[in-house]
Amino acid sequence: MEFILAILIGILFTAAVYLILSRSLLKVILGTGLLSHGAHLLILTMGGLGGSAPPVLIDGVTDFADPLPQALILTAIVISFGVTAVMLVMAYRMYAVHQTDNMNELRGNDEHD
Amino acid sequence: MEFVLLIFLPVIFAILVPFVYKKIKGIHTGWFVLLVPLVLFGYYASFLPLVMDGGHAISEMKWIPSLGIAFTSYIDGLSLLFTLLITGIGSLVVLYSVFYMDREKEDLGSFYVYLLIFMTAMLGVVQSDNTMTLYLFWELTSISSFLLIGFWYTKDKSRFGALKSMMITVFGGLMMLGAFILLSIMGETFSVRELIAEAPELVSQPYFTLALVLLLLGAFTKSAQFPFYIWLPDAMEAPTPVSAYLHSATMVKAGIYLVARFTPIFGSASTWIWLVTGIGLLTLFWGSFFAVKQTDLKAILAFSTVSQLGLIMSLLGAGAISYHATAAVFGFATYAAIFHLINHAAFKGGLFMIAGIIDHETGTRDIRKLGGLMSVMPISFTVAAIGSLSMAGLPPFSGFLSKEMFLESMVALRHFELFNFDTWGILFPIVAWIASVFTFTYSMYFVLKTFIGQKKLDQLPKQPHEAPIGMLISPMILASIVILVFFIPNVVGKWIIKPAVMAIQPTLYANPSAIDIHVKAWHGFGAAGLWLTIGIVAFGTLLYLTIPKWQPLYRMQPDSLSLNNGYDAMMRGSEKGLNRVSRLYMTGKIRTYLLYMFAFMSVTIIALLFIKDAFVLDMNSFAAITLYGSLNAIVLILSVGFVVFAKSRLAAIIALGGVGYSVALFFVIFKAPDLALTQLVIETVSVALFLLAFKHLPALSTHGETKRNKMVNLIVSLSVGVMVTLVALSSHSQKMIPSISQYYKDTVKTEAAGGNIVNVILVDYRGFDTLFEIAVLAIAGIAVLGMIRLRVSRKEPTDENK
Repeated sequence: MEFILAILIGILFTAAVYLILSRSLLKVILGTGLLSHGAHLLILTMGGLGGSAPPVLIDGVTDFADPLPQALILTAIVISFGVTAVMLVMAYRMYAVHQTDNMNELRGNDEHD
Repeated sequence: MEFVLLIFLPVIFAILVPFVYKKIKGIHTGWFVLLVPLVLFGYYASFLPLVMDGGHAISEMKWIPSLGIAFTSYIDGLSLLFTLLITGIGSLVVLYSVFYMDREKEDLGSFYVYLLIFMTAMLGVVQSDNTMTLYLFWELTSISSFLLIGFWYTKDKSRFGALKSMMITVFGGLMMLGAFILLSIMGETFSVRELIAEAPELVSQPYFTLALVLLLLGAFTKSAQFPFYIWLPDAMEAPTPVSAYLHSATMVKAGIYLVARFTPIFGSASTWIWLVTGIGLLTLFWGSFFAVKQTDLKAILAFSTVSQLGLIMSLLGAGAISYHATAAVFGFATYAAIFHLINHAAFKGGLFMIAGIIDHETGTRDIRKLGGLMSVMPISFTVAAIGSLSMAGLPPFSGFLSKEMFLESMVALRHFELFNFDTWGILFPIVAWIASVFTFTYSMYFVLKTFIGQKKLDQLPKQPHEAPIGMLISPMILASIVILVFFIPNVVGKWIIKPAVMAIQPTLYANPSAIDIHVKAWHGFGAAGLWLTIGIVAFGTLLYLTIPKWQPLYRMQPDSLSLNNGYDAMMRGSEKGLNRVSRLYMTGKIRTYLLYMFAFMSVTIIALLFIKDAFVLDMNSFAAITLYGSLNAIVLILSVGFVVFAKSRLAAIIALGGVGYSVALFFVIFKAPDLALTQLVIETVSVALFLLAFKHLPALSTHGETKRNKMVNLIVSLSVGVMVTLVALSSHSQKMIPSISQYYKDTVKTEAAGGNIVNVILVDYRGFDTLFEIAVLAIAGIAVLGMIRLRVSRKEPTDENK
């Protein structure tokens, strides 16, 4: 199962990076969304996917999933939501001010080199 | 007492200077500053008896012991000589500056701070035994020189001169650092003394010649040797006390010091002898020849300084021959170098001060407007005449003695039979003699054109009169030294010169008194020096009288071929060229920079995985493949494909939601119910947020992305994907240390009294993480609110360059 997940994470990262490198700001935002999904699955896979029960102490259960990656991912999910929210609003303001979502036009002018 | 700390005395005093300047208005700040060099001079003079017997003193303060870097003050004949010059001339210059720098008009606080920093730096250069701290102080002299040249920073020429001197001397300093590093690799020490002790082994090392050339680059740039001298004339924009101190008596002699200090290491190499002697003589000739072209008093002195530094340099080069030939005359050359160095500091310091006085009292330094000042400024004239005649090499002034020793050393070069000197050696006395003729000519030009001849009072901006006595004290002291030394050369020789010579050639003499040199003014009619001097006076006078006839010849040299022009073109070219180069890769587009980062990251990590054999695949530890898992994987891949290839925004958002939900399903499958719940909630809110935001954003567009760009993006993103897959697999397959999870599992009941391990980790074990996470979310919320609500009025872009 880890093997499939590893390939899946690779696909998620490939798609995310491809979108981030595109010229459209909207695609960049979509790309960051995919990137965080990839990262979450990556943490989970690194820790191992074994375990037959959730990490909750119930009498008699000893083989449960690794709790540590789960705790880390829980934090990461919430933070990535915050990032997405800020990115979206920033894009909204940027478009309101500059009237474009073309990344090539959104660059510093030569005076500031 | 640890006297190494005294090096820092000036810079510590510099901290007080601004307060003194602010609080005590009635007294010139210079009077307080004067204490520093005076005290230091007195203290260091007490080392004279010790050093005279060939002894030395060491004091050390550790700085970075693990790297072997320490502040070491090593006082032997050579460093003591320079130390006394720095503090002695320093005292006179500060005294002079009290009368030269106006208390009301000038920013004395900054001036003396810079001057004191320079003093510390210079003391550090000549006393440091550790090459790394020597380099540190060396660069500090460049920086303080930069600040002092640019002291009148509102003038364009000051800023230009300051930058030019810094560019050239810092370049040289870097080269010198290279030499020090090579030396430390070869000798495995930073200590100059230890390197000198290892000198015989160093000669055969492969980097020896490279280190030699790099070191000489440092010395030549600092001591204004050809072709690096061009910064010195431009440095004359500094206030005159600075020119007298830094640019004639001390800082420019740091290069001389460096050559002298490293002679025991490099002196036996033929490259060293040829370069030091050759470049020295070329500089001597070049400087003296172009001095007559100048019309600014300080520019004449600048070129004369260049030329005299060349003279001392060539003597040091000739002195190094004594490693190969036992003839006493070569040891003689080193003696002459040190002797002339002292004489030059005395007469040139005085001449600069006189130039400053003339500038101060008449309002101009243009020699074409000056003339006949002798009757108006008799004392200044006397001092200038003494200085100039000493510079020209006439008795009864100290310059005569060292000049004659110089001429005899150059004549003696003919008799040296190694390194092709027997064929080319004849050139040395000829060039030296011609340069001396020009030296005589410009010395006369300087003093006679200013003080003799008809008065042109109507051309002067100010009514000239003699300078105040305080201003004249320093040059008068220097002039009396010039005369005094002529009559007691051997006393000076015994106390100062011989210990210094011994420091330069430690292997040749057992102690300073073993140096068998006795300076005489009169060698009889058979001496070559006498006839050469007579010839110099005759031809020099002839040239001086015919200056109006041949001075126009200088105009034959086109401006475009001058070294200055070369420097300017190089500066302009490098500025434009480098700008163009950096434009090539700094496009200002975010895509370019991200491409660099992603490509670099993936390539290095993949390469590292295989170079270090870190990629491990342990199939046995994998969990079993389940039906639900595989199905969900297919859903996920399909959704990702939709996100990438969707033509409409709505489709893309829904597909992104699909990715999120299938990730949540994975959490369910892999026994992570808390994650699944959170993910479901967050994903739902996210999709809503996307829909809301995209309502205000334009439709999806590729913005004319080219095929080629897409290909590059695809390659880079594929390599990132591969990298992540490999990292995921190998990090799962190997664990360097056991996971902390087991600790959580074991103690969750006993320590935290909880059952849900994930929740306990979040709120208990790693409670602070969660707290900060909440803080981050709050900040993000404020940012979102701010960006939506705040409306900054659109202003015209303000750019400070416009």
